[in-house]
Amino acid sequence: MLQISRGTGPRPTSGGFETASWYFFRVSGILLIFLVIIHLIIMHVSNDVSCTTYQFVSARYANPFWRLYDWLLLTLALTHGMNGLRIVIEDYVSSPRRRIVLLTLAAILLVAFFMLGTITLITFQPVLGPHGAQCLHA
Amino acid sequence: MYKGQSGMWSWLLHRITGLGTLLFLFVHIVDISLLGFGPRVYNDGILLFDSIVVRFLSLALIGAILFHSTNGIRIMLIDFWSKGVRYQRAMFVIALVVTIIVFIPVVYFVLAPKLLGPIGAWFVQPLFAHAGH
Repeated sequence: MLQISRGTGPRPTSGGFETASWYFFRVSGILLIFLVIIHLIIMHVSNDVSCTTYQFVSARYANPFWRLYDWLLLTLALTHGMNGLRIVIEDYVSSPRRRIVLLTLAAILLVAFFMLGTITLITFQPVLGPHGAQCLHA
Repeated sequence: MYKGQSGMWSWLLHRITGLGTLLFLFVHIVDISLLGFGPRVYNDGILLFDSIVVRFLSLALIGAILFHSTNGIRIMLIDFWSKGVRYQRAMFVIALVVTIIVFIPVVYFVLAPKLLGPIGAWFVQPLFAHAGH
């Protein structure tokens, strides 16, 4: 079996990065359960996805609370997920050189997607005027 | 963590559902960035999520998130609850059962507006019509 570096493994006590990572998974995980489930209820239960149009986002992002909410969701989900990917890479890639290459790629992906998401959330200014029907019907 | 036992399956499922969700997150960040290209481009992107095929993919994603969440709670109970290790196997079953129980109404909410047309939309929307966003 593969070496398990987290999950149900023992709580790390050595301090340093792995201990911080272990706690980060749990703290961000608890926060994400609430953030993601509320997000899913809003987008798939209380509204149909076909109604989450440009106007819907414009009305939503008129309130800075939802921009902050979505930014928190973006940041925690991306760091939680990329930290998971890091552990998967370390589990399966034994060659030090390939490991470095993949971890570097993962770090670049993390920064790029974090910036793309953050820039989208900060710079969004709704275009004025009618944008068609309230809900889309294919 | 032994081959063939519940610990291995929960570990494997946790890993697969996590990686699958991360893959979707990349797609999602890109589709939200379409906001910068104006209403037409953004709504074209949303139209994709309205299709029946992508609705089934969304359901797979929601199922993955539900398991990852409930199994995540199980992992934390193993870590921090003194009896967690003793009940880890039972908690795996509970995580699966809770995932399925929550998943069933979600299937209805995600598919009804598309499969049942306006009638389905009528059944879904009035429940939360005044809840706002």
